[in-house]
Parts: sequence; C-alpha cells; structure tokens
Amino acid sequence: MDSLDRLEAETITILREAYRASSKPCMLWSIGKDSTALLWMARKAFLGRVPFPMVLLETYMELPEVYAFRDELIEKWQLDYFAQICPPESEVDQTLPPATRAAARKTEGLRTMLREQKFDAVMVGIRRDEQAMRAKERVFSPRRIDGTWDVKEQPPEFWGYYTTSVPDGAHLRVHPLLSWTELDIWEYTLRENIPYVPLYLARDGKRYRSLGEKNITVPIDSNADTIEAVIEELRATRVPERAGRTMDNESEASFERLRAGGYM
Amino acid sequence: MDLRVAITGHVDHGKSTLIGRLLYDTGSLADGKAEEILASSERRGLAVEWSFAVDAAQEERDQAITIETTRVWLHYGGRRIVIIDTPGHREFIKNMMSGAADADVGILVIDALEGIADQTYRHAYLLRLLDVPEIVVAVNKIDAVPDAQARFAQISRDIRAVLETAGKPLRAIVPLSARDGDNVVTRSERTAWYTGPTLIDVLASLHPAAPLADRALRFDVADVYRFNDDERISVGNVLAGTLAPGDRVRIAPSGATTRVRAIKRWPEDPSPALAGQAVGLTFDDPVFIDRGDVVTHADRPALVATSSFDGVFFWLSATPPRVGETLPLKIGRAEVAVTIAGIDETIDLGILDKVAPDESSRHTAFALRLRASRSVATEVGARCVLLRNGEVVAGGKLSRVEAASQRADNLVLQGHLISSESRAQRNGYRGLVAWMTGLPGSGKSTIAMAVERELFARGYFVYVLDGDNVRAGLNRDLGFTRAARQENIRRVGEVAALFADAGAIVIAGTISPHAADRDAARAAARGAFHEIYVRASVATCESRDVKGHYAKARAGTLPDFTGVSAPYEEPENPDLLVDTNASSVEDSVARVVEYLIRHAAKGALLTVPA
Repeated sequence: MDSLDRLEAETITILREAYRASSKPCMLWSIGKDSTALLWMARKAFLGRVPFPMVLLETYMELPEVYAFRDELIEKWQLDYFAQICPPESEVDQTLPPATRAAARKTEGLRTMLREQKFDAVMVGIRRDEQAMRAKERVFSPRRIDGTWDVKEQPPEFWGYYTTSVPDGAHLRVHPLLSWTELDIWEYTLRENIPYVPLYLARDGKRYRSLGEKNITVPIDSNADTIEAVIEELRATRVPERAGRTMDNESEASFERLRAGGYM
Repeated sequence: MDLRVAITGHVDHGKSTLIGRLLYDTGSLADGKAEEILASSERRGLAVEWSFAVDAAQEERDQAITIETTRVWLHYGGRRIVIIDTPGHREFIKNMMSGAADADVGILVIDALEGIADQTYRHAYLLRLLDVPEIVVAVNKIDAVPDAQARFAQISRDIRAVLETAGKPLRAIVPLSARDGDNVVTRSERTAWYTGPTLIDVLASLHPAAPLADRALRFDVADVYRFNDDERISVGNVLAGTLAPGDRVRIAPSGATTRVRAIKRWPEDPSPALAGQAVGLTFDDPVFIDRGDVVTHADRPALVATSSFDGVFFWLSATPPRVGETLPLKIGRAEVAVTIAGIDETIDLGILDKVAPDESSRHTAFALRLRASRSVATEVGARCVLLRNGEVVAGGKLSRVEAASQRADNLVLQGHLISSESRAQRNGYRGLVAWMTGLPGSGKSTIAMAVERELFARGYFVYVLDGDNVRAGLNRDLGFTRAARQENIRRVGEVAALFADAGAIVIAGTISPHAADRDAARAAARGAFHEIYVRASVATCESRDVKGHYAKARAGTLPDFTGVSAPYEEPENPDLLVDTNASSVEDSVARVVEYLIRHAAKGALLTVPA
C-alpha cells in the first residue's frame, strides 16, 4: 500500500459511514478537481453508482469550461444532479470584504437548500492543506440548525469513531478528503485517469490552479500543460494553492468568519 | 508513505513554536507565510511567534494557545511528514486525542525550566492508550536553564520513569530550543555535551507501521448493499490479513461459516483483498450478515462472541460513570448498549493540578466491567468508545473478554437453545428479580416468605433468596468486612439474575445498604430488576428486634450494624415502596404480589404455544 492507497481506503470508508448514518445525504460538487476526485471515490465506495444527489451551489459565475465539463460528466456518469440557486450578492452580509461576499452567497444557498430539502448529511471535498481554518475541521462535523460552525466546541473524533447523530433539523458536514493534499489529488487523478476541467492545464503561459467564480479567481503563470507537468510544478512551488483566490487574502480573519457562518 | 507525527505535551511548553520552527528550518513554509507570521506577531506586539504557522484562529493568536488540533505538511529529505499540532491545555484534551489518534509518532514536548507537568503525564498516558507506535521526547527551552546538561539528565530520568510506567519504549530524547532552532534541524553549538541526533534526524529514521498483512484475517463489516438483483454485498475493511475468493470464512458473532464467492470493487478487480483495503464481499451461502459482524478464516481460532467484558476507559465528561448506568458502546462497526456492572479502579492521572470536585471524573481513567445487551465479536485490546446523548464521553480498550456464558442472549446465538422469550412464552410470564432492601427488622423476610407462598399458590415458579440462608451455604466463606459484604451482595445478585433468566420470580431479601451494590445487582439482572424498598424507621425496627440484633448492637457486641453503627443508603427511586411503619404485613404482601404479577406479565406473550 502506498500513500494514495491509504488515503483512498480512508475516504471510501468515510463515504460508507456517512451513507450508513444518514437518511438523506447529498454531496456538494463544485466541479473542480477535488470534488470530482471525491465523486470518483463515491463510485468506488458504492460499486459504480452514486446513491445520492450531487449538488452545485449555483452562482452563475463559474467559467464556461466548468459548465461544459459538468454537462458532459452528468451525461456520461448518469448522475443524479441538481443546482441550488444562490441569492444575489446584495442579500448577504455587507460588512464582509467584497470578494468574501461572493463566498457568503454560497453559504446562503446551502442554508436554503438544507432548510427546504432537509438533507441530514452533506459531503464536502475540502482539504486541510488548503487553508489554516479548514485544517482544524473534523471528518464528521455536526452543525446546528443554522449551519454554523464553532471551532472551539467540536466533538472528539478518534479511531474512526465519528459523531453520526445530530438533533432534528440539524445536519452533518462530512469531509472525506481532509487528509489529502493538492499534490495527492493530482497524483490520484493521474493514476485513476479521472476527468478534469481543462482550465487546470496551461494555455498561453497561464493555468488555473484553483477554480472559483470567474470574478474572484485569477490564473497563475505556468507552462504545465499536462497533469505530469502540474505535479512537477507543485512539487517545486512554495506558493499556496489559493493565492489566486481573492477572498482568502482580504483580511486575517475573513475566512474564519466565513467558516463560522457555515461556509464549506 | 507519509509519516504522521503528533506534537503533544503540557500547555506553553512550546509545541506550536516547535512546529513553526520545523516548517521554517526545512523550508516548508509557503511563500508569504513567514512574512504573514511576522506581520501578525508585530500587530500583537510580539517578537517572532512561530506558533502562528499553526494557530490560525483569532482567539488562538490573541490568547497564544492552541485550541483545536490541526495538520501541516513538512518536506524533508525527499519525503513528506504530516505534522499534527495538538493543544496542551487540559480543557482541550478531547482535541489532543482527536489529533494524535492516528499518528505514527508522538513527540512529547517538555519545558526544561518547568519539567514534567500535568499534561505531560496525561499525554504520555494517552499516547499509550491511543496506541501511537513511537514516542520521542523533546526537552525544549534548553537554552534557558543554567546547567543545561544536568537539567537534561534529570528530565530524561524523570520522563523515562513516567513512560516506563506507561509501558512504552522511548525512541529518543532530544534537548532543543524551538524558538532559536537548536537541535531542531540544525545541530547546536550551545549543547556540545549532547551527541545524539537532531529532532529531524530522529523523524527521518522512522517509518509508518505497515498494514497487518501477515496477521490472521479480520474483516469488519460496515454495511450490506443490495443495489440490484438479489446480490447482497458486504462492504467493509480488511483490518488484518488477506482474503481471496474461495476462502472458507466464519462470521462472528453468529459463528456461521461459508465461502467467499467474490471480492467486489469498482472498477472490477477480483484480486485478493489486502490489509488496509476497503472492499465488498459476496458469499456462497445466503448467510445472515450485518454491520458489526467480523469475518475471519474458518480454519483459524474463532473470535470470542461475548456480552461480558472489562476495559480501561479515559473519561472525557464531567459526569462520571455510574454503576448501573446503560450507555451505547461503539466497538468496531458494532454499536451495542452496555450496562456498567462495576468500577474496578479509578486511575487518577491528575498528578499535580487541582481539579474542581464536580469535574473530578474528567480526564480520569476508569477500569469498568461491562455487560452488553447482546453479543459482539471482539478480542482483548479492541478499541471502543462510550456515548451519552450521541456524544463520545470515553475512549478505551478491552482488557478482558469473557467467552459467551450461559446468558440467554448468547444461547440464542447458538441457534439450538432456548431464549428467555421462549421461556416467557411457555410460562405465560417473565422471570424477574424482586430486590427487597431495608433495615434489619424492617420486615423483608416476613414479607418475602408470605409473597412466595401467595405466588406459589397462584401457580408461579417463585423462590426467595434470603440473605441469611445464602450466607449459610454459597456465601459461607464471606465475613462482614466492607469487601465481603459487597461480594455477598454481588453473588446474591448474580444468582438472582440466573434464577430470573431461568424463568423464576426470585425474591432477594438482603439489607444491601449501599446503593452501588444494589445498582450492580440491577446491572446483573439487566431489564428484569425491581427494587422494592421495605421502609421502617430505626425506632420501629428496634422495637420489633425479632433476632435480638439491635440489643447486641446497642450493647456494642455486634459491630458495624446497619442502622445503629453502620449507614443505610435509602433508595432514591425504588420501583416499589412498602412502608411497614404504617401498613400491616397483609397489606404489604398484597401490594408486592399485585406489583410482581403485573410486571411479570408485562411484555410477556400470554398465549401458550401448541
């Protein structure tokens, strides 16, 4: 067993535990490399099927290539998919810095979906190495009715014994990719031959390292035009993955505020 | 494979600072991170605060403590090391456990000035409980003590003594300064007396333990899928060993045997399932299998199916375990209700700190005797957690498992014996334990014997276990010390439980002055226990004094006599209260008879099978 085998087995186990514990689960799919790798592992966990809906928190601000990739995969993999429409920026907390507000739209969309559709488990492909506040997450994170997160009051979680019960109306956030790194995801994508949005590969000296909404994500300088080249680039770089995400860099506490409010 | 390293130890001994330093000295900090740390330190009026590399939350930075565990990745010598930061404050022990549980190595950081402190002890104990394979000690702030070499020798001796008690080999002890970087990645000139490896050298020499491929097979069943057709696929994890199609296997706890038809994966891959893998299985026979079952090879010793086991549990809740309390236990993939039948030992890990009385159970370890509501397949060393209201309140490991005894629920699993349900069905009522407690002379024996005669007359299988009668035989080896009295009650409780299990209405009449002993008897009988408090004042009992005991006790010739010179703990919530101060023997007997008939019938199927 190598590191990827160990990570894959952990993730499959978590997905099966979540499916067992939940009466109405769903999985968020941003259509990026992480949640698509997670979707691939869901197919492994459930032997070729995905027994729950895949949800896009829709802001209509994804890049066109992202939407094209989505349509292709839904068709090819016969996915149970729906888009949850997020409210406009004018309806979210105006005290947040501008780019952070875009993320707050997704939080609101997620809340609306939970309220209306009553999912009791939401699987999300976040990773600890993406962002310091995400690094403090549990694999199974019970959320209050309003979806908020209290980093100081998390339940103990060890030996693969997860907190799988929540009060009526509350839900579980399940994070099956916490132990993965950006590099792990690309090495796994290459090994498993998982499809990905072509924007991750360089064209004319630019590529997207992280895919967010088009108004708040910028491509990086790169000549990595194959996954192998991307992996080489990541092994050498010391630039953080989300450097191209405006919202993470507005103020020291802005991401913490977002997460406390229920952002992924 | 990545090495997972947990940094543990007492609060303020420099864990987060050590991590910041490791990241900085190995060039693992992201671009801009060092600058961000400098800026954030300056905003708070601090010199360089390396701990900000991991303490990301605003409150963590403001209070300069780690609250929640986190992970960062370090690159050294062409490999990746996952560094797990854990909080050292006693309030956040649950977070320390959450972080350290899956580590390959635990680094225990000790402040050279302060030496071994409370959480040093607790974390050393927890690293053992959590089965972290390797422990390394970092003696930090070595630059700040006057005679560093002597101080290091002293702390090394102390910590070896602690870790020997905790039964763990120690990989290395490194003197270092996290703030300045001495012996972290770079060998220090200031500790010329130290000739051992730097901390990073120690880490570079360690590797994660390989999955247990060469051990006997253990496959934990997590779920059974039936997506299409009638094919039932048992999914789960190969914890140890190897499993191939065609293998003869046994399923515990049922004991059924069958043959593996196929290993199920997607995309299809029929190769053997190896330790560490998550796969699906199908079997040749339509065996009943469910979450919590464990698959082993049929030609190897079977796992014990048991409902009676002991374990040592680290307690995370301010509310202590209570004898008689029933809690859900998660063990492997099984979840089962367990009743605490006894607390054998309280292991106080708070060596130095002052603990508030209401908090006394928190972060203490308890050796518990547990009775499960049904059999589970398990073994000594199995890790498990206890829950209250859906939350984990304790984590522990089994220290003893008792092979399935003659308890009815175990016999059911054998498939060819009689369940307590069948007995109830044929008798028309359920066996139960009527536990009469009260002062000497309160009327227990009188009432018990009359109730026995009345129920016998009505056709019930009924028997009185009288305290004195049992002492004349089964318990004649027991005296009247506290321990002997406790054992006396325990045996009466166990015998009563067996009678009840056999279908009898058993009336146990003993003083049983201690609530804990009565709770243990309640646990032994599981749902079939009814506490009947025969109440009478000491004055009333003394005026009766049928056996002349009160007179002897008053004269001082009968020591430790309950009610006179030994306490009686009144039942707080007896199932039935009979007050013999006020009511006659006839009325009391009638109330008990009515109560027992009603409860024996409750839930029993009154139809007699043809």
